[in-house]
Amino acid sequence: MSLLSNTTVLLGKELRTEFRSRELLTTTIVFVLIVIVLFSFNLNPTTEESRHFGPGLLWLAFLFAASLMLQPCFVREQNNDTLSSLRLSVSDPFAIFLSKLCANTLFLLLTELLLLPIFAVLYNVPLLGVFPQLILVLSLGSLGLSVTGTAVSAISAQARMRELLLPLLLLPLWIPLLLPGTEATAALLSEDPVLRWDWIAILLVFDIIFLTAVWLFGEYLLEE
Amino acid sequence: MTPAEARRIGLRFENIDKRYGGLYALRRVSLEIAPGECVALAGRNGSGKTTLLRIAAQLARPSAGKLTFSPAQTEAAPTATNTGFVAHATMVYDELTAEENLLLFARLLEIPEPAKRVESLLRDVGLFERRDSLVRTFSRGMRQRVAIARALLHEPSVLLLDEPGTGLDPQGVGWLADTLRRLRDAGSTILMSLHGESEISALATRAIRLDAGAVVADTRSGGNLRSILTFADA
Repeated sequence: MSLLSNTTVLLGKELRTEFRSRELLTTTIVFVLIVIVLFSFNLNPTTEESRHFGPGLLWLAFLFAASLMLQPCFVREQNNDTLSSLRLSVSDPFAIFLSKLCANTLFLLLTELLLLPIFAVLYNVPLLGVFPQLILVLSLGSLGLSVTGTAVSAISAQARMRELLLPLLLLPLWIPLLLPGTEATAALLSEDPVLRWDWIAILLVFDIIFLTAVWLFGEYLLEE
Repeated sequence: MTPAEARRIGLRFENIDKRYGGLYALRRVSLEIAPGECVALAGRNGSGKTTLLRIAAQLARPSAGKLTFSPAQTEAAPTATNTGFVAHATMVYDELTAEENLLLFARLLEIPEPAKRVESLLRDVGLFERRDSLVRTFSRGMRQRVAIARALLHEPSVLLLDEPGTGLDPQGVGWLADTLRRLRDAGSTILMSLHGESEISALATRAIRLDAGAVVADTRSGGNLRSILTFADA
């Protein structure tokens, strides 16, 4: 019960501080938008070409967005040593991690939702018919990106070269997520859209494995 | 036995070492702080006071040795959540208001009627009129008042203070001294690092001086409290 109530209180704090400053969301959305627009102008793809390489491009953009978004999530807690005050206040330290994980997943999903209509227009790919299935794929992918990203952010926050360390650790870790995410999205954007449960299952397994790992070892990530 | 006496917790540091790389911040520190004792830690910059306080708060693990709490069978188990800690950093969020900060921590600590407790503390620290201002707009002294209020929210059994008077005006120091006196008299164990004598140091029932990570003077071993705090015997 304490875990749930502490997580809820901390999630409220994460949302309040972000929606008050809008620092993370604004920079990430603008960055991903630039990536998508630049590729579109540069390649000027037909619908057929977009169906072929659009999903990969979309997921790469999400990966960059996530690495940008996750960088400050624990660094911000070090400015005034607020991580220590949180550790002294929660009965289960996993609540600190869980609240950040939930907030990061929400922010990432919000970025993706804002980006999808722009992607559909620029790349001439109809998304409306497969929107619910696409949301399922993106939700599982975003959860995977967030759970690994939040854990690595906690580890790298205490390192000296943290700005370099985070993408170096994260990008290889995300390869098992990139592949099923891209394939599942490609199957949905094809001429005969289909929800590939095999790729969904891989995304799900990835999420479960890393969620279990951070649940078991998350407390150690928060120590000095 | 009163409830205040029942929640008394003592600390025992046994041969504590703390290394950062090859550098010893603490070297074989053995100390016993009795339940309800009010101890002033003195020492030059870098002598290990902050490290000792962070280990006592269970925010840092010792490299060797162990920290135990007494009495071990106490119902008020020595968890981090019955410790109040005031550090060099304010440990509050600049992007939240004073009231939002205190409400956040009060809810995490599951304090009954958090809004009432927060209002009372904001009045005590003289920030009630500024409760809706973001902490980032505060002066150093005002931030310190919020930091102290946060540490006192749950009237902790163990209070650890790292130079708590930093940035406070004489009125603030007076308020802090009164509050600490009340907590000490109610049975809280207080360990605080201080520089020199002040209204706050006058509350100490014992003084310990650290030098290069080791205990070099202790009133329990015959040292004079005033001399230890002012380095008169150094």
